[in-house]
This record gives sequence, structure tokens and C-alpha cells, in this order.
Amino acid sequence: MGRVVLGEAGRMEPQEAWVETDSDGAGALAVVAGGRWDLRGAPRLCDRLEALRPDGAAAAIRIDLSKVDALDTVGAYLLARLADRLKAEGHAVDVTGVRPAHAALFDAVRGTGCAVPVEPERQHLITAMVERTGRATVAMGHGALELVNFLGLMTVAVARLVLHPGRLRAKSVMFHIEQTGLNALPILGLLSFLIGVVLAFQGADQLRRFGAELFVVNLLGVSILREIGILIAAIIVAGRSGSAFTAQIGTMKVNQEVDAIRTLGLDPVELLVLPRALALIISMPLLAFYSNIMGLFGGAVMSWAVLDISFGQFIRQLHGAVTINHFVVGMVKAPVFALVIAMVGCYEGLKVSGSAESVGRLTTKAVVESIFLVIVMDALFSVAFSFFGL
Amino acid sequence: MAPDDQTARHPAPDAPSSSEGDFVIRVRGLVTRFGPQVLHDGLDLDVRRGEVLGIVGGSGTGKSVLLKEILGLIHPAAGRVEMLGHDMERLSDSERISVQARTGVLFQDGALFSSMTVAENVMVPLKEHTDLPPQLTSEIARVKIGMAGLPPNAGRKYPSELSGGMRKRAGLARALALDPDILFLDEPTAGLDPIGAAAFDQLIRNLQRSLGLTVCMVTHDLDSLTSICDRIAVLIDKKIRVGTLAELLDDPHPWIHEYFHGPRGRAARRAES
Repeated sequence: MGRVVLGEAGRMEPQEAWVETDSDGAGALAVVAGGRWDLRGAPRLCDRLEALRPDGAAAAIRIDLSKVDALDTVGAYLLARLADRLKAEGHAVDVTGVRPAHAALFDAVRGTGCAVPVEPERQHLITAMVERTGRATVAMGHGALELVNFLGLMTVAVARLVLHPGRLRAKSVMFHIEQTGLNALPILGLLSFLIGVVLAFQGADQLRRFGAELFVVNLLGVSILREIGILIAAIIVAGRSGSAFTAQIGTMKVNQEVDAIRTLGLDPVELLVLPRALALIISMPLLAFYSNIMGLFGGAVMSWAVLDISFGQFIRQLHGAVTINHFVVGMVKAPVFALVIAMVGCYEGLKVSGSAESVGRLTTKAVVESIFLVIVMDALFSVAFSFFGL
Repeated sequence: MAPDDQTARHPAPDAPSSSEGDFVIRVRGLVTRFGPQVLHDGLDLDVRRGEVLGIVGGSGTGKSVLLKEILGLIHPAAGRVEMLGHDMERLSDSERISVQARTGVLFQDGALFSSMTVAENVMVPLKEHTDLPPQLTSEIARVKIGMAGLPPNAGRKYPSELSGGMRKRAGLARALALDPDILFLDEPTAGLDPIGAAAFDQLIRNLQRSLGLTVCMVTHDLDSLTSICDRIAVLIDKKIRVGTLAELLDDPHPWIHEYFHGPRGRAARRAES
């Protein structure tokens, strides 16, 4: 077999890596390697060495490295792997001509005990899918249980607080009311107003066919007061404040502030969770009310613009269309949604561990989870209200 | 390793300029300014091929900044940084990348990509800079992980599942992925227990010898300085003073004297002798 020179020859720098085989006819085989065995030549060397499969079961093989000019870990690994493979195939292998300068490199590569590749475990696609589904289901069950557990922790903390009202962090509660309530007003107002506009426009379009344009007011009043006002408020708060709770508490967890709180004999639930939950329970009904008003206002503006319904007419019609029940049905949900959002946000925040990456992941999870739970709760409320005929 | 072997390991992408010689890093007249504060003022530094250089200095003297300037992560206000005979400021992007591929950096806490496993972390530079077949890439990654002194199963773990010492080793494995000529270490033993720190020092020494590396490390660890550093660069008065441990021990400068003759410095030297 001739010498295989890999790469352009004739340059003054050390030659590209090459390997050649030489049979002496007596069953012994010499593999001579030379040139520069490094990362750059490795892709070609790898194929070349794979193709090196001597015939004759137990031939003695001598690997001669005396012509290797330069070596790095990749080259050393390739040569070590070749020797190991040939040995595993039942040949007697003798490596000769290792330069003293290169011996340490071989030791370093071999010393890792990794020279013989270990096949990664592979799984059948369907088994892997079933396993993942199973794991996800179990994890979801655990998650639900832990959330209930967390609700219990909060209840205990509330009970302690009722016994010792002086321990309530009033300043913290006020701060969070400002953050979650007051600062949410601009965006919530704008969104509710726009939803009111859209509802009025779409409703008017449909109702005009029956000549019942005025009933747009009924549509707006009932839908906004019962469902839409509180839902928009809850979704905005979940996105704004639920995520903020997770990120704040999660960052404290990463900085070991939560551990510090514990070692100082304080209760993180009482210190971090309750003020946030309480603030949200106070501000959510206010936000829901504000959202209702802005939604109706948007509807009124649109009714006036496209249907020529004056504000006076709008108010009169609204007065006849909605009862206090509709308003109460909407407002009753507010504190419940607030509790769900605060609980999920704080719970995910406390679940943060170690890395900053988990803060991001759990923040996303908190938002998705709390919006999901809000809508599920809303559906349950609807079923319950219809059962009681409200 | 003989010098000719080392130069032969990685010939420069293009013809090396005359200044390469025995110095892999040459810093000339470096000036660093943050607003009115001058951190380095006309600083010179030479790093010899195949040596372990420790950089020390008080807090806020700009050790890490100097490292970042050598690496090209921060641009100095004035001065020149030559790495492997190339002026880093004047290189084109592709040339700079080929020089960077010949350096490896271990950041303080490993700076591993947290969304990837250790093995994937080590494979990033291999995939980016070489055309190795995937099978070989993962095998090389495993070798590097082993060389960094991690157990084979560590490759499948995520950085968040590792202890601080293991994260450093994993970061070292990634820094060594491309068989660099120069290895930069930023406080390699900070946060390790004394046994772990000594083992890490020894690991760096062994790798430096077997791979023929030039190591440039910022450290506060007096034991590392006495046990593995060939020369020590002291950042002082906005400049650098380089010497062997023995030379610096005789240096009359009060800070240097305090540094090496203080109780900790004495203890470290006693332990070494």
C-alpha cells in the first residue's frame, strides 16, 4: 500500500498527517504514521483509520510513530483509539517510536479511561414517548399536590397573622398595591377601553340586521360586567405581577436571600408571600371595577360614533339591562383570581433553584399556569352561577 | 517538550511575524481608562512560550480587565496587544477568529452555557471550528472531560447539577477543546477547598506539561503562585513588575513585600519548601 499524503505536500512547514501500511509477508503488519497529527487533519485521518482493517486474524501489528512531527490530543486520541480497536479485534499490537515529548500526551489521553468509546444508551421512539408522557403526568400530579400544600402553608401563615396582627408588613403590602394596582392602571384602562370599542362595533354590526342596535348596550353591559372586565384585569395582572412575583422571589432564591430569611428565624411565606397575596387581593377588585368602567366607556364611545346612541340613552338602556347581580357575579371572582395568581407566582418563585436560567423558565411557567388556572376557575364559576340561577 | 515540537504543534495560519519569537503575548504601552480613573498607564507585559505566568495585584488594580484586554473583550484606550505574533487590533475578523481558536479561557465560575450539558458545552468550539465527524466530536469531548478530571458520567449533566469545583473542571474541558496554545485562567482556585484547589493546581500543571501549554492566570491564591507559577506579574502603580518568586521576594516595593512576606505569604512558602 502506498503512502497516503493528506493535504498539499511540498510546503516547508511540518507535513500534513499521513499513514501507510507495510506488510512484510510473514504475517506481521507495520502501520507507519507521520506528519502533523492534529485537529486540522483529524477529519481525514478519522476516515483513513476507519478503513484500516487488516486481514488475517491474529497478525502482529506494529504501529510506528517515529515519523510523527507534531501531535495534539486529537491526534493522540485517534492513534490510541486505533491501537485499542486493533487489540479488541484480536491482533497483537505494539506501539513503537513514541517521542519522549509525545509520551506525556498519550498518558494524558489514556489516563482519562475514555479511550474506549461507550455507546450512549438508545431508546425506542415509542418507549421514549410513553416514558416522557408518564413522567410528565406524574410531575403534573406532584405539581398540583405541591400547590395545594403551598395553599396550606399560606393558610397557616394567615392564621398566625390573625393571632398576631402586628406582624403584618403593612409597608410591604402598600408597596405591592402600588406596584400591582396603581401602576397597572394605564395599560389596563387602554386595553379595556379598546375591548369595549371592539365589542360594541362587532355587536352593532350583527344587531343592526334585526334593527336592534340599541341592544348593543345590553350585550356590552352583561358581557363586560360578568366576564370580560374581570378576565382582562386578571390576565393583565397575571402577565404583569404574577411574573414579577416569580422573578423577584426567584432572584432572591438565587442570591440565597430566602435562605438568609430562614436562618434569621423568619418565615419566607409570611415575609414574601403574604404581603404580595394580600396586596393583590385588595387591588384586583379595584382593577376589575376600573376595567368594567373603561370597557363600558369604550362601548359607549363606539355606540355614539357608529350608532348615534347618546351617552344619556346609553346610561338609561344600561340601567334597564343590567342588575346588581351581573356586577356582583363579576366582582366576586376578583379576589379568587387574585389569590390564584399570587399563589402561583410566589410558589414558582420559591421553586427556583441555583441557576439564573431557572428564574426565566419558572417565570414563563408561572404566567402560563396562572392564566390557565384563571380561565379554568372562570369556567367553574360559570357552572356554579348557572346552577344557582344567578 | 522540546521547543521545536511546540512551535510545530500549531503553525500560525499565515507566516508568523518576526516578533513572535519566544513570546506568545506581548503587551506594549497599554493604557486603560474608565472615565477619569486610570487603571493601567503604559503597561508592558511579555508572556513566554510554555511558561505559567501568575498575575497578582490588589483589588481594583485591573487584573481581570487586563485579561479581558488581552482577550480582546475590552478595547484599551491606548497601546498594543500582540498574541502569537499578531496585533489583535489590526487583524481582520476571520484572522482574529483563527487566533482566538488557539486560545482557551476558563472564566471564574466556568461560564458554562446553562442550557447545555457539559459534553455539549465542550462540543461547541469543536463543532464551530472543525469539520470532525459527529461521532469523533463526542469522543473527543469525552476525552477532554476526562482530562479535566471529571468522571465520564459528568458529560450528561447540566451545569446547575454540578458543584463549583466540577463546574470549573468542565469549564477547563471546554477551554481545552481546541487544543489551544495559550490557556487563560481567571482565579482558577477561588471558591475551592484547599484539597480541591491543590488538585486543580496539579491538574493545570500536568496539562500544561503534557499539552505544552502557555498558561496565563489571574490568581489570589498564594499556594498556586508558589507551587505552579514559573513567573509572577505584579500589577502595581498602574504598571506591571514581572519576576520569579525569588526575585519578587527581594523586591523592596512595600506592597510586594507585604504580599509575599505577610503571614499568608510566609505560610504558603513554608508549605512549598
